[in-house]
Order: sequence, then structure tokens, then C-alpha cells
Amino acid sequence: MASSAQARIARQSANAATVFAALGDPTRLALVARLCDGSRRSIAQLCDGQSLTRQAISKHLRVLEGARVVRSERAGRESLFVLNPKPIEDIRSYIELVSSQWDTALSRLKAFVEK
Amino acid sequence: MSDRIEKRIELKAPVSRVWRALTDYREFGAWFRVDLTGPFEPGKEAVGQITHPGYEHVTWRAVVQRMEPERLFSLTWHPYAIEPGVDYSAEPQTLIEFRLEPSGGDTMLTLTESGFDSIPASRRAEAFRMNDNGWTQQMENIRLHVDAMSHGTGHGI
Repeated sequence: MASSAQARIARQSANAATVFAALGDPTRLALVARLCDGSRRSIAQLCDGQSLTRQAISKHLRVLEGARVVRSERAGRESLFVLNPKPIEDIRSYIELVSSQWDTALSRLKAFVEK
Repeated sequence: MSDRIEKRIELKAPVSRVWRALTDYREFGAWFRVDLTGPFEPGKEAVGQITHPGYEHVTWRAVVQRMEPERLFSLTWHPYAIEPGVDYSAEPQTLIEFRLEPSGGDTMLTLTESGFDSIPASRRAEAFRMNDNGWTQQMENIRLHVDAMSHGTGHGI
């Protein structure tokens, strides 16, 4: 495997893990789903249809904000939440890198057992 | 896009040979490029130094899950936890499964690495119910959205 690819993975993996962890929760995944049409929504709108309290939803939104998956914008007295697609794009390329690492490891295995 | 990686590869060697290359710690170490300290044992952590040039300072760790002779070898690890001094223990662990099937005198090997989304399997059903579709579909939705945005036909957030 190319060292540069591995170094790239090392740099990406810390961020990727944060994003994976943020998305690794059904409530937060549902919130991302609500925002993935590009809409801007208030906490009240995001609480709609969820069985959780406003406080709980707000806590989940803070986790997503921490991973930069969503960001909030001030609109008068309320905050509106919007999806930031970049970190999700990043984890997609991270998965692709891990996938290509497996390709090289498995080709070494192939050479090893077939020699 | 999916939260799992799956590879299928045909190996021109019998399953017994492939099983040994996967589960004998010295043979595994030879092709995977890690110098392991001892044999694989289910439930035990395997530890070794990476031997790939430039990464000899990296300690590799995985926990052996299942060893079903000539059928299934599985491990969990922190994927590419290769930066020294970083504590990866709170980060998601993935499950690596090597499945072997005889194919004539050769072997069909299926590798999967899953769990990048860190949702425990027991809660995955719940996640799917809550979202109607789940991770894979969400990723697809997001991809479509991002593609639409980059082509200027999105919602202009």
C-alpha cells in the first residue's frame, strides 16, 4: 500500500470517527434526514414528530454541530439548523480509502497463498 | 454509499491453505504486514508492530471474535488507528469478517468490514424503523442532495 494513502487515512480517520459517532444514533440520523433536503428548520420544527423533549433534541443537535454535520443560523429570535454536507462527503471518501487498502491487502494475500 | 465494505476474491488455493494464511499469526503477519506477538485466540486481543515501511512505530491491535475452521474468521478493531499517542478507545470499532467457501479446489473469500456508523446491531432495527430507511438510504439521499447542490439545482442553502 502506498504510504501517502495511509498517511491520508490517518489524517482523515480522526475526523471521520467523529462524524461516524455523530451519525451513529437513530435520533440524530433522523434529524439529518429531515435536513438533507437542504431546508432550514427551527428546533420546534425538528421536534415535530419526535417523541423526545425539546431539550433532548437540542442536545442531539449540539452533537451534530460539534461534528460540523449541521450548523445553526440566527434568524431573529430563533436558531435555524441547516445541513453541512462536507463532513458526510469526507466520510464517504474515507470509506473509499479504507476499501482501497483492503484491495491491496487482499492482493498480497492472494499472492501469498498462490505462490 | 454504505457503512460496510465488502470484497469477494477468488483464490487459487484450497480452503485449508487460505484458512492457515488467515489464522496462523505468522502467516497473517506476512501478508498483512504486522509482527504479532502470539497466536490468535477467540476473545483475546492480538497485538503486534506494523512492518509496513514507514509505519514500524505503529502498534496494531484487534480482538479475535470467531474462529470457525475453514469457514469464518472475525476480528474487531479500530479501523486505521495508526496515529501514535491517540486514544482510539472511544471511537467506533468495526467488525472484520473473512468468510471462506470452497469453489472447486479453490477458495472464494468474502471480506466484510462493517459498523463504521457505530450503531450496535441490536439497535439497528430501531434505527431503520425510526427513519423508514436507515443509514444507506440516508447516505444516498445526502449524496443526491450534494450532487444537486454542486450542479446548481439544489435548494441553495
